[in-house]
Amino acid sequence: MNGQHQVKSGRLVKDKIFKALIICLSFMTTLPLILILFSIFHKGISSINWQFFVNIPKPVGEPNGGIANALIGTVLLVMLASVMSIPIGILTGIYLSEFKKSRVSWFIGLCVDVLQGVPSVVIGIIAYLWLVKPLHHFSTLSGAAALAIMMLPVIIKSTEETLKLIPETLREGSLALGANYSTTIIKVILPAGVSGILSGILLSVARIAGETAPLLFTAFGNPFINWNVFKPVSSLPLVIFNYAISPYEDWHRLAWGAAFVLIMFILLLNLLVKLGAKRWKVQF
Amino acid sequence: MFMPVLIIGILITLIISSFPSLKEFGFHFVIGREWDPVFSKFGAFPFIVGTFLTAFLSLVISIPFSLAVSIFLGEYFREGFLPSLLQSLVELLSGIPSVIYGFWGLFFLVPIVRAIEMKFNVPPFGVGILTASLILAIMIIPFSASLGREALKMVPQDVKEAAYSLGATRYEVIKKVILPYAGSGIISGFFLALGRGVGETMAVTMVIGNSQHLPENIFSPSNTMASVIANEFTEATANIYLSSLIEIGLLLFLITTLVNILGRWLIGRYNR
Repeated sequence: MNGQHQVKSGRLVKDKIFKALIICLSFMTTLPLILILFSIFHKGISSINWQFFVNIPKPVGEPNGGIANALIGTVLLVMLASVMSIPIGILTGIYLSEFKKSRVSWFIGLCVDVLQGVPSVVIGIIAYLWLVKPLHHFSTLSGAAALAIMMLPVIIKSTEETLKLIPETLREGSLALGANYSTTIIKVILPAGVSGILSGILLSVARIAGETAPLLFTAFGNPFINWNVFKPVSSLPLVIFNYAISPYEDWHRLAWGAAFVLIMFILLLNLLVKLGAKRWKVQF
Repeated sequence: MFMPVLIIGILITLIISSFPSLKEFGFHFVIGREWDPVFSKFGAFPFIVGTFLTAFLSLVISIPFSLAVSIFLGEYFREGFLPSLLQSLVELLSGIPSVIYGFWGLFFLVPIVRAIEMKFNVPPFGVGILTASLILAIMIIPFSASLGREALKMVPQDVKEAAYSLGATRYEVIKKVILPYAGSGIISGFFLALGRGVGETMAVTMVIGNSQHLPENIFSPSNTMASVIANEFTEATANIYLSSLIEIGLLLFLITTLVNILGRWLIGRYNR
């Protein structure tokens, strides 16, 4: 009797220990995040001032160096990449949600999955071979193309997922009113799915804003402000990479500052997606 | 129709551009141990070993944590403030750019690993496979954790209730009923995380130490396929050098595609 009781309590103890272990490990997972954010805030804020945003980098030893070139470069790259990828992404997403069961869309879906898994550095090689080599120099355009390829799967997936959730009755209602197929898609289906599509676009921007690997040999980096899409350009992640592996204290400081700006930008986008998802949601 | 064209275009471009090195080295490219740009000898074996060592080690490190997060969110605490906080934090972990992980690793993890290396009496580089695996493990946790959570949530309630009614404790239910049931879903999450780890570039490049030699142990500096491309692509002047790097890219493309398709196939099987 006593032995049986002990066995039972042993099992219960095991159960308790397991639960405690799970909780412990789960919260240990968030530890690196907190450490990373803490060190970036701690070291980043101190290097941020007005000069940091308006100046271009100065040689080592001179004060008041900034990252204006990288800020403008990132904006330029992200905008160009969005212009290239958003139309293709949305159209492909519409196709996939409209023709769910055809073999072609199964194959396209597979390709989207494959593309999502392609390492970013390989996409960099592709952009190099397609746009840098024929034009004979590094350019903003090639960097943006690499980023656009990375944005595509995210936009396609979110468009497809959103449009799939739109009830069939909505489409039938529109068709019953005499609207033709393209009008139905443009005037009824797309507006109903706008929140999902928009949040997909924002997420993809958040994903590519921090990408470095595809830019190493396409946008290449540039210590000066540049607006020409056929010239090399710098970007925030490139600046972080180049300055982080440099031996100078000054440049590390700039890198921490740039990391802070980048993190804030990405956090802001994520927050926007969360809030937007609630606010723009169309109820059915 | 753009997507298949894009994928096939990528594949063809990679094959065409790596043709010189494919012709020159043939199969020796994969098993050759020497990577010497000066004498134009290119064998990618050390990088392939480095890649898989780093990826597997990081997977092993990340498994307890991602499994714990999956069980926490998928079984113990499904709703409420704490789990949604944990979930947002883990999602945030996947949103941090890889260059920032590398930067942080360089200034935070490298000194720690160096201290560990001093204790073990190995050369204290600080950078190397172990450091890269640690960073990579943090980076891939969100992927396997979110898939694992989905898989655990799909375990039907009546199966669990049947086990409880037989007097099983929660631990026993999780171990003997839930985990086996959700097994292939969880494993497919590990596969996708592995694909992620194999292709990850920047963070690894910054902390792996960039050595061209075959790694001796987990502390030694090494190079992965992705990091060697990132490091040497802009320096590659000779045609054969460039095409060798592109061939590494081709290998990387094929490996990650294979791993990803395998992972999706497992998910597909599980969902059926």
